[in-house]
Amino acid sequence: MTHRLAAMRALVAADLQIFFRDRRSVILNLVTPLAIAGLFGMVFGGGGSAPAGRLAIAVVDQDGSAISRAVAAGLAAEKTLAVSSLDEPAARDLVLKGKVRAAVVLPPGFGEAAGRAFLRSTDRPRVAVLYDPSQAATLAMVQGLLTQHVFTAVTGELFSGDGGTRLIDESLASLDTQGTDAAVTADLRELLTRARSLNERNRSQGGAGTASGGGLSVPFEVGDEPVTSGSTPYNAYAHATAGMGVQFILMMGIEAGVGLLLLRRRGLWLRLKAAPLARGTLLTARVVSAALMSLVMLAVLYGGATLLLGVRVDGSLAGFLGIAVAFALTTAAFGLLIAALGGTPEATRGLAIFATLVMVLLGGGWVPSFLFPAWLQQASLALPTSWAIGGFEAMTWRGLGLAEALPTIGALLAFTTVFLVIAVWRFRWDVASR
Amino acid sequence: MLEVRHLSKSFGDRVAVADVSFVAETGRTLGLLGPNGAGKSTIVNIIAGVLRPDRGEARVHGAAVDSDTSPAKRLVGFVPQDLALYEELSALDNLRLFGSLYGLAGAELDARAASALGVARLSDRARDRVETFSGGMKRRLNIAAALLHEPRVLLLDEPTVGVDPQSRNAIFDTLAELRSGGMTLIYTTHYMEEAERLCDRIVIIDHGRVLADDTLDGLYARLPAHARPVQQVVTVRPTLESVFLELTGHRLRDD
Ligand SMILES: Nc1ncnc2c1ncn2[C@@H]1O[C@H](COP(=O)(O)OP(=O)(O)OP(=O)(O)O)[C@@H](O)[C@H]1O
Ligand SMILES: [Mg+2]
Repeated sequence: MTHRLAAMRALVAADLQIFFRDRRSVILNLVTPLAIAGLFGMVFGGGGSAPAGRLAIAVVDQDGSAISRAVAAGLAAEKTLAVSSLDEPAARDLVLKGKVRAAVVLPPGFGEAAGRAFLRSTDRPRVAVLYDPSQAATLAMVQGLLTQHVFTAVTGELFSGDGGTRLIDESLASLDTQGTDAAVTADLRELLTRARSLNERNRSQGGAGTASGGGLSVPFEVGDEPVTSGSTPYNAYAHATAGMGVQFILMMGIEAGVGLLLLRRRGLWLRLKAAPLARGTLLTARVVSAALMSLVMLAVLYGGATLLLGVRVDGSLAGFLGIAVAFALTTAAFGLLIAALGGTPEATRGLAIFATLVMVLLGGGWVPSFLFPAWLQQASLALPTSWAIGGFEAMTWRGLGLAEALPTIGALLAFTTVFLVIAVWRFRWDVASR
Repeated sequence: MLEVRHLSKSFGDRVAVADVSFVAETGRTLGLLGPNGAGKSTIVNIIAGVLRPDRGEARVHGAAVDSDTSPAKRLVGFVPQDLALYEELSALDNLRLFGSLYGLAGAELDARAASALGVARLSDRARDRVETFSGGMKRRLNIAAALLHEPRVLLLDEPTVGVDPQSRNAIFDTLAELRSGGMTLIYTTHYMEEAERLCDRIVIIDHGRVLADDTLDGLYARLPAHARPVQQVVTVRPTLESVFLELTGHRLRDD
């Protein structure tokens, strides 16, 4: 047994010696992930101190009434929006081109109709929200804000605007013609008359007559607080580092697998097989050396990200290391699996590019996986990349403890085992040197 | 002693080796002769334990080579036809690695590696990377790498491909020394003059079958009388090799 361990150590040492011999390739291998993580992190909002980007929308006011102007002003005052005022063709064009996410079109007669519809069940005016279908999530947000501002503007006009008294008078007049219950009619008349006198008092006192003042408002405010580990704000670099680390380690594992196939074509393979060693020893040595290289890459990547990008392991360091080791083993086993299934180095490379892209994309390596449809988020749990990225995030900016890391470590080791079993089973051992 | 019994091996539909048997006596050199594709490498690979036969077996000093970890594998040294070296590592690191695959370690490993380097006449290049070596130097190291664990049987699969006469002669000297030390050699080649020079016994193979298994004299005796060599009075011309060696010297060209 010590013989086997010594043999394995010698094989691993040879692999590492060969890997680290080519300085330029080592540096490229180690620096590239960090550079790309920096780039991705920057794109996705950087270190958290920068304000989130405002959502560009357009408002088309075809009405020009006090109410429509108040709605436009209310939207413009939202700190999450960057509002431009345009005519409809221009707005439509910008939405199409993706320059604004959505355009709100307030049609002619909107204020009048909205005020009337508030008091009576007349036809409600139709506000068109033109939106970019690739940004569907913004639609709900814009609709929400729009509802709030229309509500405020309409009630403001009714209780304190010039047009309010006229609308109330209209409603009072129409009460008699509606054949509703006499008691209800009396109550409504009472309510409208009170509203009218409130309007008059408001106007004579403040003289403001603006639709935004004096109206009803949404009866709560949202106090939003990003939930992170507390000591550091959310760091987009932490996500990008996890994603790129996973991607490049995956690629490294695959290179190790391809290397094994290339080795199988050489006489060297015969010499290794001629030694009195179990094939498991040879394959395990390859897995261990690939995993060690991955760990070195992870160490350099996270070291660099700590120094340069402000990424910090706020959670359990042991959990972080555990996930790192487990994922390094997973990728090495994955490389072996791909090699076993691919058969030839050429086929394996093709298969590997596909597998890597899919695993990294669906694992949430490029864009956070919460943007995925729910079924896809569920399905991505079948990918080790998803576990690893989630795990690295949990141990960095989420600042979670070792207990949160254990399921991830367990899942990754399970993946490793499955990959290894299939790889050893499917690996074509007896391909002669030619 | 090496016994090969009824070996057969096919790759898909292609029969590479068909019912091959022969015996190599201890301390002798057995030549495996055959044209390209005859099945020589396949036979040698099976004896080395890197390929499983479909049928038959190889026994080294009575022990079968029948699994990855067979103890019999320790008795066999294998020089693959293709260079089997880590180009990126030094000669010494290569030898250390291969020695440790056979359980050698520490001072013993160092001593064996040094002695193998001496055998390969590469002691002064020990720390240079193999990729900087000439073809002949690599071939010599390829042989040395099979000697670390002091095998009883040495399998040489075309060990002189692409080497100059100087290196080839150095290799032949090495093999002569090994044989006189009691090692059994299996020498695969399609160079007749190498077989004539080195081998005590020759197995001629084609299409995976044994066509002849005999001593050199026995093989000559098989020829029809009219084709046998006869004593003739001829002017003995020097060989081209002797001229070549006269001009370029017998010294190894390792610089
Ligand atoms: N891995 C393999 N897959 C398929 N066919 C193979 C394989 N290895 C050898 N063969 C076939 O088996 C036959 C014997 O090959 P082998 O390499 O043993 O011949 P050889 O006598 O060593 O030839 P050479 O002098 O060219 O080295 C050939 O027909 C060869 O094509
Ligand atoms: Mg051959």
